[in-house]
Amino acid sequence: MSKPVIATTSLAGCFGCHMSILDIDERILQLIELVEFNKSPVDDIKTFTKPVDIGIIEGGCCNSENVEVLRSFRKNCKILISLGECAIMGGLPALRNGIPVEECLHEAYIGGPTVQLNKEHILPNDDELPMLLDRVYPCHEVVKIDYFLPGCPPRADLIWDALVALITGDPMKLPYEVVKFD
Amino acid sequence: MANLIKFKIDGRECMAEAGTYIVEAARQNGIFIPTLCNMKGLHPKGACRICTVRINGRLMTSCTTPVTDGIEIESESADITELRKSIIELLFVSGNHFCPSCEKSGNCELQALGYLYQMMVPRYPYDFPLKDVDASSPKIIKDQNRCILCKRCIKSIKDENGRSFFAFHSRGNHLEVVLDEELAANMTDELAELAMNNCPVGSILVKEKGFATPIGKRKFDNQPIGSEIEG
Amino acid sequence: MEQIVLSIIRKYGSDANRLMDMLIDLQEQFGYISRQAVALLAHNLGLSQVDVEQTITFYHFLSTKPRGKYAIYLNNSAVAYMFGRQAIKEAFEKEVGIAFGQVTDDGLIGLFDTACIGMNDQEPAAIINNKVFTRLTPYRVKEIVRHMRQGLSLDELVNESYGDGKNQHPQLKAMVSSNIRRKGMILSDLYSMGKVTKEILPGMSPEAVIAEIKHSHIRGRGGAGFPTGFKWEFCRRAKGAKHYVVCNADEGEPGTFKDRVILTEKPELVFEGMAIAGYAIGGDEGILYLRYEYRYMKNYLESVLQHMRDEKLLGSNIAGIEGFNFDIRIQFGAGAYVCGEESALLESLEGKRGEPRDKPPFPVEKGYLGQPTIINNVETFATAVRIIENGGEWFTQFGTEDSTGTKILSISGDCMFPGVYEVNWGFNVEDMLDMVGAYDVQAVQVGGPSGTLIGPAEFHRTLGYSDLSTGGSMIIFGKQRNLLKDVVLNFMEFFIDESCGSCSTCRNMPQVMRNKLLKILKGKGVTSDLADLQNWGKVLHASRCGLGQTAANPIVSSLKNFRHLYEDLLQKDVEFDQGFDLETSVQGSCKYVGRIPKFHNH
Repeated sequence: MSKPVIATTSLAGCFGCHMSILDIDERILQLIELVEFNKSPVDDIKTFTKPVDIGIIEGGCCNSENVEVLRSFRKNCKILISLGECAIMGGLPALRNGIPVEECLHEAYIGGPTVQLNKEHILPNDDELPMLLDRVYPCHEVVKIDYFLPGCPPRADLIWDALVALITGDPMKLPYEVVKFD
Repeated sequence: MANLIKFKIDGRECMAEAGTYIVEAARQNGIFIPTLCNMKGLHPKGACRICTVRINGRLMTSCTTPVTDGIEIESESADITELRKSIIELLFVSGNHFCPSCEKSGNCELQALGYLYQMMVPRYPYDFPLKDVDASSPKIIKDQNRCILCKRCIKSIKDENGRSFFAFHSRGNHLEVVLDEELAANMTDELAELAMNNCPVGSILVKEKGFATPIGKRKFDNQPIGSEIEG
Repeated sequence: MEQIVLSIIRKYGSDANRLMDMLIDLQEQFGYISRQAVALLAHNLGLSQVDVEQTITFYHFLSTKPRGKYAIYLNNSAVAYMFGRQAIKEAFEKEVGIAFGQVTDDGLIGLFDTACIGMNDQEPAAIINNKVFTRLTPYRVKEIVRHMRQGLSLDELVNESYGDGKNQHPQLKAMVSSNIRRKGMILSDLYSMGKVTKEILPGMSPEAVIAEIKHSHIRGRGGAGFPTGFKWEFCRRAKGAKHYVVCNADEGEPGTFKDRVILTEKPELVFEGMAIAGYAIGGDEGILYLRYEYRYMKNYLESVLQHMRDEKLLGSNIAGIEGFNFDIRIQFGAGAYVCGEESALLESLEGKRGEPRDKPPFPVEKGYLGQPTIINNVETFATAVRIIENGGEWFTQFGTEDSTGTKILSISGDCMFPGVYEVNWGFNVEDMLDMVGAYDVQAVQVGGPSGTLIGPAEFHRTLGYSDLSTGGSMIIFGKQRNLLKDVVLNFMEFFIDESCGSCSTCRNMPQVMRNKLLKILKGKGVTSDLADLQNWGKVLHASRCGLGQTAANPIVSSLKNFRHLYEDLLQKDVEFDQGFDLETSVQGSCKYVGRIPKFHNH
């Protein structure tokens, strides 16, 4: 039997959740034995090269590229996991939610106290750039998400337990100490 | 002990003084019923509805209902547990609760209840309402994003003449708790500290305080809320 | 200004329990309640300013900002929309030159929405400075605004176009119509004021009065249906320094207007009923809690009370019965549906926000100012007089076994003859529709938004406490109506606006459900949404009061009886859709930075 395939990505996140994956320490060797990584920053594979069993999403959707990547994950992965607060509820990027996107752009590029070099008030509008969404969306508001692992970042033990449970089919343990929202 | 009566919670035989509110009576018998708006020493106002139990087929808040002789209280049945979880989720989506950046994280009762009921994600869509942070008073920051409208500050923080520092403003889903400008100008440090401590979430903060306790040592990092009651 | 505020505070004995009266007087005097007035109230009543403001900001008709010399409140009930509200709204906005929610720069005119004002049988209707303008047309709007600009008084704006019956009374002069279509024991012309009090009461002990009421098996007419006799008995037995009689005339359930008609045409009957109740429970003070929408009746009802005092039907030793002292005062609400809930009403009577109280204790034990209090509906008090007059046994011949007597229905919507109908309990819906001339009926909302929406399959059902229970609101919807968009959504908005906000459930859940309904209406619905709506509504059962407990009813009952309307809107072959739409969500930012959105094929 071939190994389960895993893909990961970071959307509007800080890569902290990926750091937390690496925080499983020496168990990473065990993980490599158990699974195969496909599209992921961990192995630097840029595109899906085969059907994937488990997709792990860090970060919410703040722009059109995030949406596109997330949709491609949904298309290529059997199971999707929202990993961390940003994927689950937008996280810190979602602090802008509720404030009109025009105001955010104005603050960032024109009116903000730290804006000094943009004398001509240029707003980034190149077609190559992702388009900004009106707010940051939790991943499960864009595509169907199967599992949620909270935390900022989720504790390494939680990630490990979840992956082992998924791969082995055993029920997941959720010790009190590992399920946290911060 | 005068006038002890018998009653049952989820089939367990309990005893308490007649007239004791169910939450307190349960606590005396080593049973934890979760609460948010309730606070010892304050007149209860079943606002958060988390302590809802079923008595004779009716849903009642256990913080406002006194025990009576022989009543049978249903507290941890599947549907009541689900109801409580729903209410917690509802509170999470209706405010802006960014736990990772909150001073109260780890000591927050709402968050602790989220842990207790293993909320991995709320079933309701996040509302992301636009709310204010009022830092205009000398001692206190009132962050409306985190307020769960429990009224604990309104009921407990008063001046020597019994006037409230805090009050509701507006109604329905526009409801907010606001701080009185006139009274806040002369708020003592002790009262400011008390207001922060009485707030179950991180909506009332004393300025320049926060993040003092490291992660791992905060109130609810290792012990679930209510565990001191259930032992 | 300061002197006026202080004199108003003194007028009510500097009593914080009378804060509502003070605020209403200030609002009417100045068109708003200024910061200075708030400070004066706070300092003189021993409250903090935010404490005063929490009462002001709770009520729709009180404001800390000027509302205009002419404050126009246009009803936004579902039936108002059915009868042309949108055109009236647009006409007002065009003529006045501002949008709803605003006041003109010169402070002359303010435009505001308001929930059902009890005129569903004569919509579109608006309240302007406490006067009710019914059956508005765009022409009339033009005229009204022109007259306002000319500085005409409210009486002049009325154009002497008064309604029927007592609406023409010199103290009333209202444009409102009573539209009484069918009379029974309450609306009957046979009532003669004071007959029961003077001829029958002297021969009855208070206990005998209660026994007679109990024997009649009458249940509360407000909608909850608690047996009236028991309520009176519990109150009589409860210990307290004083016992109070409160008449609930808050009538806020959209589509109800029968209390307005009873109070217009038979106010003496209601007041006499309150006095009889006072006699029965041993109370000497009665309060009529009247919704602010009916402020136009104030002088009229005061004159009726005075007349009854002159006739010795109120006052001391009434009807020569030693120690039977009873008088009534009118206390106004200020725009809050939830104050129709009896314990919220009590809070409001005490000058506070209308937040329902936790029960127990019940008002019969601890009510107004902590004293034993009965709170009954207008119709219940009116009916009580006829019961004492004719006996409880006589009363049981009307209606059915579990629902004795008559019920006054407020019937509105798509029918030939909207108005007030007094019928025996047990009437079935089909007969009712035939009675009012309703054809091609798609649905009937029984009991207002907090009640049930039923379709033709259930028109055989009967009105009564054991089948279709109703406080009297019956709204008829013809085949041409879009039930989900025009009715259910409107009702959900109503509950969102009217929640006091105290319970976490009712503060938040109606909005969550409304948003899901909007998503379905936008064509973004999927099958699982219907199960969600059904399940989520249950959370509201944990709310403290009837408003919260029933706030999901518009969706839950339409989902039960008109599921196909929802199903027709769902997307076929789509399992997941949370309403996210990439195209629309990038519009704002692209426009702001000046680029044209481009999408790869997905």
